[in-house]
Amino acid sequence: MATRITRRLEALKAEDRAALVTFTMAGDPNYQASLDTLKGLPGAGADIIELGMPFTDPMADGPSIQKAALRALKGQHTQQKTLEMVREFRREDQDTPIVLMGYYNPIYRYGVERFLKDASEAGIDGLIVVDLPPEHDGELCLPAARAGIDFIRLATPTTDDKRLPRVLENTSGFIYYVSVAGVTGAAAPTPESVERSITRIRAHTELPIAVGFGIRSAEQAASIGRFADAVVVGSALISCIEHADSVDAGTRAVHALVRELSEGVRHARKATA
Amino acid sequence: MSSATDTTKRFSQGPNADGFYGDFGGRFVAETLMPLILELEEAWEWSRTDEAFRRELEGYQRDYIGRATPLYYAERLTEHLGGAKIYFKREDLNHTGAHKINNCIGQILLARKMGKKRIIAETGAGMHGVATATVAARFGMECVIYMGATDIERQQPNVFRMKLLGAEVIPVESGTGTLKDAMNEALRDWVTNVDSTFYLIGTVAGPHPYPAMVRDFQSVIGRETREQMLEKEGRLPDTLMACIGGGSNAMGLFHPMLDDESVHMIGVEAAGHGIETGEHAASLNGGEPGVLHGNRTFLLQSVDGQITDAHSVSAGLDYPGIGPEHAWLHTQKRVEYVSITDSEAIEAFKLCCELEGIIPALESAHSLAHLRKIAPDLPSDHLIVLNMSGRGDKDMASVANWLEQHGDTDKLPNTTVEAAEPGRIDDMQPPHDVAKKTGETE
Repeated sequence: MATRITRRLEALKAEDRAALVTFTMAGDPNYQASLDTLKGLPGAGADIIELGMPFTDPMADGPSIQKAALRALKGQHTQQKTLEMVREFRREDQDTPIVLMGYYNPIYRYGVERFLKDASEAGIDGLIVVDLPPEHDGELCLPAARAGIDFIRLATPTTDDKRLPRVLENTSGFIYYVSVAGVTGAAAPTPESVERSITRIRAHTELPIAVGFGIRSAEQAASIGRFADAVVVGSALISCIEHADSVDAGTRAVHALVRELSEGVRHARKATA
Repeated sequence: MSSATDTTKRFSQGPNADGFYGDFGGRFVAETLMPLILELEEAWEWSRTDEAFRRELEGYQRDYIGRATPLYYAERLTEHLGGAKIYFKREDLNHTGAHKINNCIGQILLARKMGKKRIIAETGAGMHGVATATVAARFGMECVIYMGATDIERQQPNVFRMKLLGAEVIPVESGTGTLKDAMNEALRDWVTNVDSTFYLIGTVAGPHPYPAMVRDFQSVIGRETREQMLEKEGRLPDTLMACIGGGSNAMGLFHPMLDDESVHMIGVEAAGHGIETGEHAASLNGGEPGVLHGNRTFLLQSVDGQITDAHSVSAGLDYPGIGPEHAWLHTQKRVEYVSITDSEAIEAFKLCCELEGIIPALESAHSLAHLRKIAPDLPSDHLIVLNMSGRGDKDMASVANWLEQHGDTDKLPNTTVEAAEPGRIDDMQPPHDVAKKTGETE
């Protein structure tokens, strides 16, 4: 059974363009604004939505996403509310894939089986859990697969050819290539070096490859979208919320940037063909 | 749930190949770090059996750290409490003033072996930061120490020491600015500088192999204690006691005797203002299993899995987790874990100064406080070893603040200090929230 993620990525491949994957934090700056932002993302051009599950100790995230998580938690956001947000979104949108991204402890505390059941019912398509390497596939990755939820793994510049098969083994949906060894929001590497890495990963897998970390502008999205199957933008969108004068302005700024990024991705292969 | 088999090494055999002690431990880290963690594990496995490495390590332990540390009979404290015979394992007499350097010297030798040029570390009370800066200076490596902003304020002398030793001390403002936040920031540095950098973790926590590796380097404490006690008393001790933040000094003392069934072991956590207040650092007695900083262990956390802040008068115990091997020993009931409040620790701190002429670290004062509770009821042939994990010089400001807060001002250095008004004690804030210069009053 093809999942929403696979269907969407196959459709875009047929259109010969990369997917735009957006990351925003559930509950940032509050539940309603975060839901409004979420609902407007597909219309603004997001093809796949990553929704962050806030955690107090996001070890792999830079300051922007750390602060977003703390804003959400300050507003009493919970795992339950993240799932509720997706249920509300699904009432209006049955097609856009949603991937939850975060750290293991809030899922572990919720209870893995209970979480997978609730996530599946809410209409969640995939999970990215930063601190669960393949060595711990038994914890969540394999149970998620049984529940019909894609477990999307990160590959990084330190993932060499020897390790890649292990990383890819139980990955489904797509593989997320973290283009720099560093935290989210770090400076982007050159498109040339990213392309070399993508070529290396393609030799090991048929899975679509998304590229993220350090992509902030339509130009960058276009340059990566030339060769990647999907382009992920997170910290730049979070910054729109952080620096907005009002909650509504934050939502509008996110949607405006997503429209620009979407244009970039849509024209990537045409402009340089 | 335990996979431990019933052999002669029933309790000391862990971890398994995946870094687990029963359900606890593991390698819960971002993919970027995994290759390095595996490389480190290889280096550690090599170091455990390599004869030349062992000789080199022992040389530095003897000539640089000053080992073996004495096993000291605390005669006046024994008389005062009127029960068990009390010994202190004097880790406070190590170079840099605490047990921390035992681990640092081991890890930096590994770092050198792995060709790393840059050392990073987190620190709470600053003792691990000082020990790390010390060995980095000794081996000519670049050193960056992450320290919570709150801790920097309450441990100024150690910040100065680290800087003198050539380390860069980076204040961490995120979270509550204490040890866990410093660890987050060190992990972020490591992810960013993974090729050049060795992360020198200071306690028996973090992803495998750190808990086992740090334990191995600290186990010199327990091995010496065992030998020294056999020499002095002709038998093993009856009870071992140690304070626990992450738990490295306790693990070092306990591990070589875990399979000696007659030896009772007590780990003392920090109860802060009292476990019932929710403001404490007692992960085993007041926490739940969860995953943080690369391992599954008992954590202070909300029902939604968010990590909550630890509170303790002692910066070295102010951590919302505990080493995974302790979590396992707790569920196996091999070690008894108790907790001591800030005020009990301060009282024991004063008693040790006055009776033994030893100013203990506030961390060690927690185990002293539990000792006061149990020693009087034990027979005079009951041998207790308390790990004097560090000296208290670094805690002068914290103790002075605490005494001032509690109107106990007769020993404070500045005579302008006035006794607190009655009633002020109850609405006192945690000492680190009101870190003021000694001698000032509001």
